[in-house]
Amino acid sequence: MSRAPRTRLTPKNGREDPASAYDMTPSNELIERRTLACIVDNEPGVLARVVGLFAARGYNIESLTVAEIDRNAHQSRITIVTSGTNHVLEQIEQQLLRLVPVAKVIDVTNSTGGIERELALVKVAGTGEKRVESLRISEIFRAHVIDTTNESFIFELTGASQKIDQFVELMRPLGLVEVSRTGVLSIQRGKEKAG
Amino acid sequence: MDGNSKTEAQATDMLTGAEIVLRALADQGVDTIFGYPGGAVLPIYDAIYAQQQVRHILVRHEQGAGHMAEGYARSTGKCGVALATSGPGATNMVTPITDALMDSIPMVVITGQVPTHLIGTDAFQEADTVGITRACTKHNYLVRDVNDLARVIHEAFYIATTGRPGPVVIDVPKNVQFAKGKYVGPKAIEHRTYHPRTEPQDRRIEEAVALMAGAQRPIIYSGGGVINSGPAASEALRALAKATGWPVTSTLMGLGAFPASDKQWLGMVGMHGSFESNNAMHDCDVMLCVGARFDDRVTGRLDAFSPGSKKIHIDIDPSSINKNVRVDVPIVADCGKALSALLKTWKKQAGKTPDLKPWMAQIDQWRARKGFAYPNSKTLIKPQYAIERLYELTKDKDVYITTEVGQHQMWAAQFFHFDQPNRWMTSGGLGTMGYGLPAAIGVQAAHPNALVIDIAGDASVQMTMQEMSCAIQHDLPVKIFILNNEWMGMVRQWQQLLHGERYSHSYSDALPDFVKMAEAFGCHGIRCDDPAKLDDAILEMINTPKPVLFDCRVEKAENCFPMIPSGAAHNEMILGKITGDEIGEAGKMLV
Repeated sequence: MSRAPRTRLTPKNGREDPASAYDMTPSNELIERRTLACIVDNEPGVLARVVGLFAARGYNIESLTVAEIDRNAHQSRITIVTSGTNHVLEQIEQQLLRLVPVAKVIDVTNSTGGIERELALVKVAGTGEKRVESLRISEIFRAHVIDTTNESFIFELTGASQKIDQFVELMRPLGLVEVSRTGVLSIQRGKEKAG
Repeated sequence: MDGNSKTEAQATDMLTGAEIVLRALADQGVDTIFGYPGGAVLPIYDAIYAQQQVRHILVRHEQGAGHMAEGYARSTGKCGVALATSGPGATNMVTPITDALMDSIPMVVITGQVPTHLIGTDAFQEADTVGITRACTKHNYLVRDVNDLARVIHEAFYIATTGRPGPVVIDVPKNVQFAKGKYVGPKAIEHRTYHPRTEPQDRRIEEAVALMAGAQRPIIYSGGGVINSGPAASEALRALAKATGWPVTSTLMGLGAFPASDKQWLGMVGMHGSFESNNAMHDCDVMLCVGARFDDRVTGRLDAFSPGSKKIHIDIDPSSINKNVRVDVPIVADCGKALSALLKTWKKQAGKTPDLKPWMAQIDQWRARKGFAYPNSKTLIKPQYAIERLYELTKDKDVYITTEVGQHQMWAAQFFHFDQPNRWMTSGGLGTMGYGLPAAIGVQAAHPNALVIDIAGDASVQMTMQEMSCAIQHDLPVKIFILNNEWMGMVRQWQQLLHGERYSHSYSDALPDFVKMAEAFGCHGIRCDDPAKLDDAILEMINTPKPVLFDCRVEKAENCFPMIPSGAAHNEMILGKITGDEIGEAGKMLV
């Protein structure tokens, strides 16, 4: 077996700047949270395409909701809460638009009149004063009781995600058992249709 | 009479799924497909048997079919078509599909699938083809209803060939191939959601020309998009370069869009690009990027990439804009249309533009460094010399070049020169070893009388060399020109430069006798290790009217220079012999 010549490159000690062919510099840019709504053609596999894109390109999904919104027009709306630097968030929008069945992407967070809502079901178990207190707080939050036993309530609550977070925190010392949330839904104010 | 013709019309309109596939291909103007039969595509093979319009090239491995379709597509500008069975047929196709996605090659791949009622049961040769290929296609389909089949095929061609081109997979279950359904012909496609933008915005064109008009140190950085856009885009690029006097460089993918024989040509840009083009990219004040995507092999260190320039970026894919490098004027449009619009506006602007002479003088100084110079030898064939001779002896012919991946690919890009687009087929984005031989066969199928040469390495060629059998069967006289240095040369080069000369598994041990192998396949084999005999051997290869495998024994330890080491900027290229410590610790990870 023949040997290659003896020239070689050894690492220079003083030099630590990474970067280059594959840029590995961690970004110092601010991470923001953003809600995006995709209007998509409701064909088989469209959700897998959207989710697969996030997985393949290393984007975050904090919440995701999807349902058909117009049977005749074959449209579904997917609302995704994601986070990243401004540059990454811009890329997410553009990459989503590359998917063939994606008709439109709306930046709900930065558009005027974007509304976000979430629904939560919250199970709280307790007796005595704690039970009374949980019911009192639920009235302040305009939650509905949709199931009750002598020792538990299930509250149904809608609102912005922060409101639900707050409610859940208040329930924690009062016997919070479990929470089920839909993830964020979105729509635009005004008379226009998004699709 | 009326009644009869009506039944006849109905009879011809109702076809089996397999017949629909062939009819749709013919209606799309497809003359050649590349494929391999198997249980789940037998009805389609029956339909192939029953017709004459579409020629089928039988490959030896489905990966070969995919790369052949790519070679066909890149040398003709048409859509390549490949056909494979379910399961292993489809999974073998994943590499060329991904390759086509990375290099934006229009390709339609039809795969067989188990019958719909067996999907999900782990049936024999079942694989979730649409699931597996979702991430490596521009779009894909599973056709469950024979009445959707014709529409889906026409739509697939539309999607594959418009916008940023790419591969589309159509998975057709066997029962759908048997079922009878209605055929619809291709007509203007009104897709519900897919509407690629091709026309540039006037405002952006004006902004770009305003920038261009003030440029003192300009450069055009062109890419594969110009070739994908069609011959008109290459013409527009040449016209714009002529009108502006700007120097032109190109990515690996874009070679040939601008003639290498032109005075304004700087050579290829990037990691193994020319000294002059990389320095010009670094020092320019206005960069016009057209149909290229600021790939990491081009930019080198991003924070030192062309630090002082304003950048104009023409790309048909909006997601390419600002993906790696922030640009000042984005133009989302077809390259050809945008270049023509730029030229029109440029000609209209009356203002005097700065004198480019000092800049061109600076470029000439870089050129004078002769970055591609190498010490030649009288006893050993230098790989660079082999490519130079190959170029000199074939340049007046109707020649198409494909390559594998590695050192030989970079030497081919450096020392073979292209004056026309669609003449150079190489795996750029994915870097697929084994691409070149099947791609060459695909090119030869499209251009039966042309001289098609796969410039190969001894390691790469072994990945798909069984396709020699395909070349023999279909009388496709491709030439396989192996720069044989008995190493995975590029791996060895990096191990030498970055891994303390620990040559872990990069030596091509137990190499076959390539000449005997060629003869075993029925090809002509040539071996040459003497620079004095090289010309005659190359001529023998050119003049042999059948597939030839040329085992060109070259200097074993030659490295590919110049290069931008990892962690370095464009103006920190290494030329020829290296002595320093150019690669930092962190840079090592980035190769």
